[in-house]
Amino acid sequence: MENKITVTIDGREAEALPGQTILDVAKAQGIFIPTLCYLDCTTKVGACRVCCVEVEGARSLVASCCMPINPGMIIKTDTKKVRNAQRMIVELLWASGDHNCLTCEKNGACELQNLVYWLEIEKPRFRIDSPGYETETNNSMISRDLNKCILCGRCVRACNEIQVNEVLDFMERGSRAKVGPAFDADYINSQCYFCGECVEACPVGAITFKQARFKGRPWDLKKVKTTCTYCGVGCQIDLNIHDGKIIKVTGNRDSREPNNGSLCVKGRFGLDFVSNPDRLKTPLIRKKKGGELEEATWDEAIAFIAKKFKDIKAKHGSDALAGLASARCTNEENYLFQKFMRAVIGTNNVDHCARL
Amino acid sequence: MAGLAAAFGSGAMTNSIAEIEHTEVILATGTNTTENHPIVGMMVKRAVRQNGAKLIVIDPREIDLVKYADIWLRQRHGTDVAVLNGLMNVIITEKLFAKEYVDARTEGFEAMRKVLEQYTPEYVEKISGVPAEDLKKAARLYAGANKAAILYAMGITQHISGTDNVKSCANLAMLCGNLGIEGGGVNPLRGQNNVQGACDMGALPNVFPAYQAVTNDELRQKFEKAWDAKLDGKVGLTIMEIMEGALSKKIRALYVMGENPMLSDPDLSHVEHALKNLDILVVQDIFLNETAQYADVVLPSACFAEKDGTFTNTERRVQRIRKAINAPGYAKADWEIIAALSDRMGYPMEYKNAEAIMDEIRTVTPSYGGITYERIEKDGLQWPCPTPDHQGTRFLHKDRFTRGLGLFHAIDYIPPDEMPDKDFPMVLSTGRVLYHYHTGTMTRLSAGSTERYPESLVEINPADAARMKIKDGQMVKVATRRGAVKVKALISERPYEGAVFMNFHFHEVPVNQLTNPALDPIGKIPEYKVCAARVEAA
Ligand code: FES
Repeated sequence: MENKITVTIDGREAEALPGQTILDVAKAQGIFIPTLCYLDCTTKVGACRVCCVEVEGARSLVASCCMPINPGMIIKTDTKKVRNAQRMIVELLWASGDHNCLTCEKNGACELQNLVYWLEIEKPRFRIDSPGYETETNNSMISRDLNKCILCGRCVRACNEIQVNEVLDFMERGSRAKVGPAFDADYINSQCYFCGECVEACPVGAITFKQARFKGRPWDLKKVKTTCTYCGVGCQIDLNIHDGKIIKVTGNRDSREPNNGSLCVKGRFGLDFVSNPDRLKTPLIRKKKGGELEEATWDEAIAFIAKKFKDIKAKHGSDALAGLASARCTNEENYLFQKFMRAVIGTNNVDHCARL
Repeated sequence: MAGLAAAFGSGAMTNSIAEIEHTEVILATGTNTTENHPIVGMMVKRAVRQNGAKLIVIDPREIDLVKYADIWLRQRHGTDVAVLNGLMNVIITEKLFAKEYVDARTEGFEAMRKVLEQYTPEYVEKISGVPAEDLKKAARLYAGANKAAILYAMGITQHISGTDNVKSCANLAMLCGNLGIEGGGVNPLRGQNNVQGACDMGALPNVFPAYQAVTNDELRQKFEKAWDAKLDGKVGLTIMEIMEGALSKKIRALYVMGENPMLSDPDLSHVEHALKNLDILVVQDIFLNETAQYADVVLPSACFAEKDGTFTNTERRVQRIRKAINAPGYAKADWEIIAALSDRMGYPMEYKNAEAIMDEIRTVTPSYGGITYERIEKDGLQWPCPTPDHQGTRFLHKDRFTRGLGLFHAIDYIPPDEMPDKDFPMVLSTGRVLYHYHTGTMTRLSAGSTERYPESLVEINPADAARMKIKDGQMVKVATRRGAVKVKALISERPYEGAVFMNFHFHEVPVNQLTNPALDPIGKIPEYKVCAARVEAA
């Protein structure tokens, strides 16, 4: 329907749709352009300019993430001019904060660190000035270290445009500019809903998952995609596993639906119960009414139940037995449960608590 | 569920979550979406802030969504039918309804129209407290849209008129031609992650998987053949009836998998007696929950992160869960435990894994006929998905309702079972808060949720608080005809003057000792959303 536009990018001709940005076209062509402030599904602010490219006829370098293509545009992404500009930007960002990778939780997954490496920067050219903010660790879910903030604004847009929670914003100006909840409050003292969208949006180690601190390097973590256990939305989540434990939960962005990588506080921070020491670990039997529950083997427990169920069925009929299945168990388990009640016990006395 | 099934022939959410973001008008009623379904709430907020959608909120409480709403109708608790009837009265009087659609796709219009005549905005204002002018504005806004979606949750269903409320939502949507189109629909938001799946799988006393009636001889014979067993043709007991049965010794054995009726039932002391009266209670769970305390046998099960399987979300999407870690100790997946018990009872269930069970489900559940683990490896599929090449169904009732024609129901407003009076002058409503879930067994073990919402609170309007000399954070006593609890007060504009709100996440404050167990006669859902209460400084 729409007329395609042809542009030239790094010497090759590419077709694209009007309204697409240079960055979009490059991505489609498999050409890497670094970005920092760009965040999918949010306003393109063109703030960091690390995505700059050369466009023939343009007076200066342009930010590819927010520049729409024009017919016949000739774009170069890897000229000396582009790389020098990118190096300058990255080095200034590096110098503007306390980017000490040795202790940073983001080490190995940091976009700034990756850019320093990708641009082959040997050592920082400028003196590193830590802004001297105190790190925020007074809640158990999200840590903030604004000394590492590069002011890309991704957290602000994630909060306002993706989750529409409207909690985070920029404050102050110039060298004192910072991001956070209104009135410079800590998260715990703000309206923050702890969805964690800002943590996932942060390209550096400024906003991180508190409970994951020192629990495993990014390259140690194995992600297992699954469905959240809380409400009926069925968010697709990644359990980040290390040493047989859930270290943190991130949104799965491969599946656009239903949640496109966004989560709420329950799915994100509500899985402590899984490793709670009070989890049941062995069958228990109360041998006589009024007695105590005692540990038993599976064999004992199953035999005990089977005998009782059979006796009651023989003496009082199938309808003297009933079962409650669960809105928290799987389809397979609910299917098997009602099949068991119907085909093995012989009753339709099966229901679940979802009415409640 | 019963309400939608009666109107459309299917009780499921008609449309998809993603459509909400791109519709013209959203009518959210009886859903505190941003707290109970935050991701749907996010879509609603994006629709409003970014895509120019209009939002109508019908809710007695000043929930977060009100901040984003164009029109907020604040009805008295339990007057939903009157408000919905009022909207339809305006739409018919002003000839804003989809006449062609109504003629071609529905039946029962005339009977409904007659009942609606009485529900003039002025009359509705008297019942509900919603200003007549606001009602008219909302009616025009909803009816004027090319596509409009209704969202609802337990604020609609947990009433003695729950089924009526749902039918009224269905009436309104059909009246404006909002079914069978993208971005429209009547969309119940399920509170628990696999309610839809549990119902689909026949964990109900009257139906086999895919809502195939146990009373239908032909269907029953199909299952007898598939399962190689003699099956009973009479409808079984619901959870409430099971508890009654236990009290009268009609029920002697109860097998509970992954549920905690000791906390979720509307009448707790009643349940306690019932459970104690059983010959054997088997509880299969991940924790020694309140119900398990009364069990004769407790079986440890694996949680969602420790097993394979599928959940079906509120929009009918069947999605995978995957084993990520090992279950603690000797705990096993629920399906393994059922199979072991079945084996011991002389009916071998030999499934290699969860996938093998899905392979069987597919053969007896027509709407799941095309669903395989292979197909849902990356993205889930929305039922009906009858065949292996079917792409799933994003919205239901396109061109034709499941039952043929959509059925209007003529519904009169009936007041809640218990209204405020001299002794109990206030209205108590219950629900959930963002940081907790259901009976709190899982969220209360999370450091984050506990830090954010550490204890039960009762929300009290500032005017009431001033009158009763109650200060924020002070302990108060909330009493109803059934019992009393002590709880900390949260002074808040959220409830209206004369109403209080409590959550049911904290066993220390057993709200269910207060609530009214009166049931919706069809849905058998208790009236958790309204009862008469008295509040005083403790
Ligand atoms: S990524 Fe383009 S300006 Fe920051």
